[in-house]
Amino acid sequence: MSYIPGQPVTAVVQRIEIHKLRHGDNLILGFSIGGGIDQDPGQNPYSEDKTDKGIYVTRVSEGGPAEVAGLMIGDKIMQVNGWDMTMVTHDQARKRLTKKNEDIVRLLVTRKSLENAVRHSMLQ
Amino acid sequence: MDTESTYSEYSHYSGRSRGSHRPGERNKERHKSRSKDSRSEKSVTIKAPPAEPLLGDESTHGEEVQDDNWGETTTAVTGTSEHSISQEDIVRITKDMEDSVGLDCKRYLGLTVAAVLGLLVFLTPIAFLILPHVLWPDKLKSCGTACEGLFISVAFKLLILLLGAWALFFRTPRADMPRVFVFRALLLVLVLLFVVSYWLFYGVRILDSQDENYQGIVQYAVSLVDALLFIHYLAIVLLELRQLQPTFSLKVIRSTDGEAGFYNLGHLSIQRAALVILENYYRDFPVHNPALLTAAKSRAAKHMAGLKVYNVDGPGNNATSQSRAMIAAAARRRDSSHNELYYEEADHDRRVRKRKARLVVAVEEAFTHIKRMQEEDQKKAPGEVMDPREAAQAIFPSMARALQKYLRTTRQQHCHSMESIQQHLAFCITNNMTPKAFLESYLNPGPTLQYNKDRWLARHWTLVSEEAVTSGLKDGSIFVLKCVDFSLVVTTRKIPFIKLSEEFIDPKSHKFVLRLQSETSV
Repeated sequence: MSYIPGQPVTAVVQRIEIHKLRHGDNLILGFSIGGGIDQDPGQNPYSEDKTDKGIYVTRVSEGGPAEVAGLMIGDKIMQVNGWDMTMVTHDQARKRLTKKNEDIVRLLVTRKSLENAVRHSMLQ
Repeated sequence: MDTESTYSEYSHYSGRSRGSHRPGERNKERHKSRSKDSRSEKSVTIKAPPAEPLLGDESTHGEEVQDDNWGETTTAVTGTSEHSISQEDIVRITKDMEDSVGLDCKRYLGLTVAAVLGLLVFLTPIAFLILPHVLWPDKLKSCGTACEGLFISVAFKLLILLLGAWALFFRTPRADMPRVFVFRALLLVLVLLFVVSYWLFYGVRILDSQDENYQGIVQYAVSLVDALLFIHYLAIVLLELRQLQPTFSLKVIRSTDGEAGFYNLGHLSIQRAALVILENYYRDFPVHNPALLTAAKSRAAKHMAGLKVYNVDGPGNNATSQSRAMIAAAARRRDSSHNELYYEEADHDRRVRKRKARLVVAVEEAFTHIKRMQEEDQKKAPGEVMDPREAAQAIFPSMARALQKYLRTTRQQHCHSMESIQQHLAFCITNNMTPKAFLESYLNPGPTLQYNKDRWLARHWTLVSEEAVTSGLKDGSIFVLKCVDFSLVVTTRKIPFIKLSEEFIDPKSHKFVLRLQSETSV
């Protein structure tokens, strides 16, 4: 997941569809995000490249909609419902995920194991 | 002597195994203290007899070390250190006597020549002005006002020249150099040529033709004085100013114990650089103490001792192969001399610190016994008023033993005689110094300057150099300054050309942000 400025970013992604859960007055997804272009990328424990300012999943709550849908801790979120998440601020990311009129969010996430799996299958 | 007790410890070490090290040490301590007590009973002297330096300069049999004033007789004298010092004394005395006669003659000859020359040069303009009046007074045109104004200018310029020459040249020479001082010689030659050419011109064009234009003659004399002032300016620049800008960094290492110093000098000839270094040596380097140097050689000797070469293959006594075999064997030999060094140094440090603690306490106590007399006390006890020397003598015995033991441990006892210590004590009392200030000159071996003249140990130095000593310093030039006891090795490095560039930082550009790391749950 290295990033060369000016070049398009390519990644092996997985589609994850999360149905929001109604919890009192709010709709929750059941995970926490960290990162963003306004944050400090060096403190991200899940990124390979410490200059990567993307949005990462830092926590997945047990039994929540995200875990059910297959989201894993350390995933990098590339798109939310078609909106790009690789170059957004932390607050913009939060807003895109917590729109009140959307019940379902379709994420494109990438993780290292996906690349390894693809490479493995290509070698065979 | 402590050197005795140090070596006796070795015999303890070598025989025993490591496990018994501790009890051995304790035995030694008890043994030492016992011997000290027995020695100390002989040591009490309250009255201070007239002291003499421990190593008398005037005694040609310098081997009898008069230690009576300290009250303790030295139990044994380790042959090398004491005897070699006294022999060096004798060598030094004879050398000093030889050199002092030769030095003065050469110095005074040079001085008188320069003085005579200077006087002649100084009187030349005056002669130029007076000679026409003396030789052809009737033919001379009278001098107008401008011409008489020039008289005043000549007079003042001559005065300034006199003062400048006095300031620059009339100084006591501080050293005798092996070769002539090139710049000074050049300047003398220049002045001589200059004045001779002026006299030639004057003799041919003015004296012979008996020129009657007196104003022209006065202007000629004024031009001579101006040119002399410019030569004086040249002298200042060449002799004083040129070497002020530092260009070379010199490292000076003393050959006997590795003490090093660094000096920054400008463009100087090797002999002038050597002079500067020597003048700074007396201030910066701790005094040369031969008593501290004997340990290393004895260690090495002990390591190599006990190896003998037997030639098994028959005749053919090849000396180099024998020595190589010895070196190889000594290197392979599993020795414990590094152990000995480590423990000996640790032990010595401990001993020095203990003695130092006892000394500091003794001196502090001694200093509490006297105090400066106030005006009111004068009426109370008139009988006991003492001057500083008597006060020093009164409190000296209570600290004498501790001080003497400390000096013995640090092997400085030959640098300080009892008389000098009492003088120093009186000096400290007079100037209201604390015990710590009094002890400063004994706890740290100071520079050579602070000791008596006979401890300066060398005033005749030999400059050893592969290049000519009047040639300038260059990057990488090496020369050696030798005296009787040791030598100073000097290496030169050129100070690098520094490229300095500037960077402007706008004070408003100092701005900071927080490092954010927020985590939001969605």
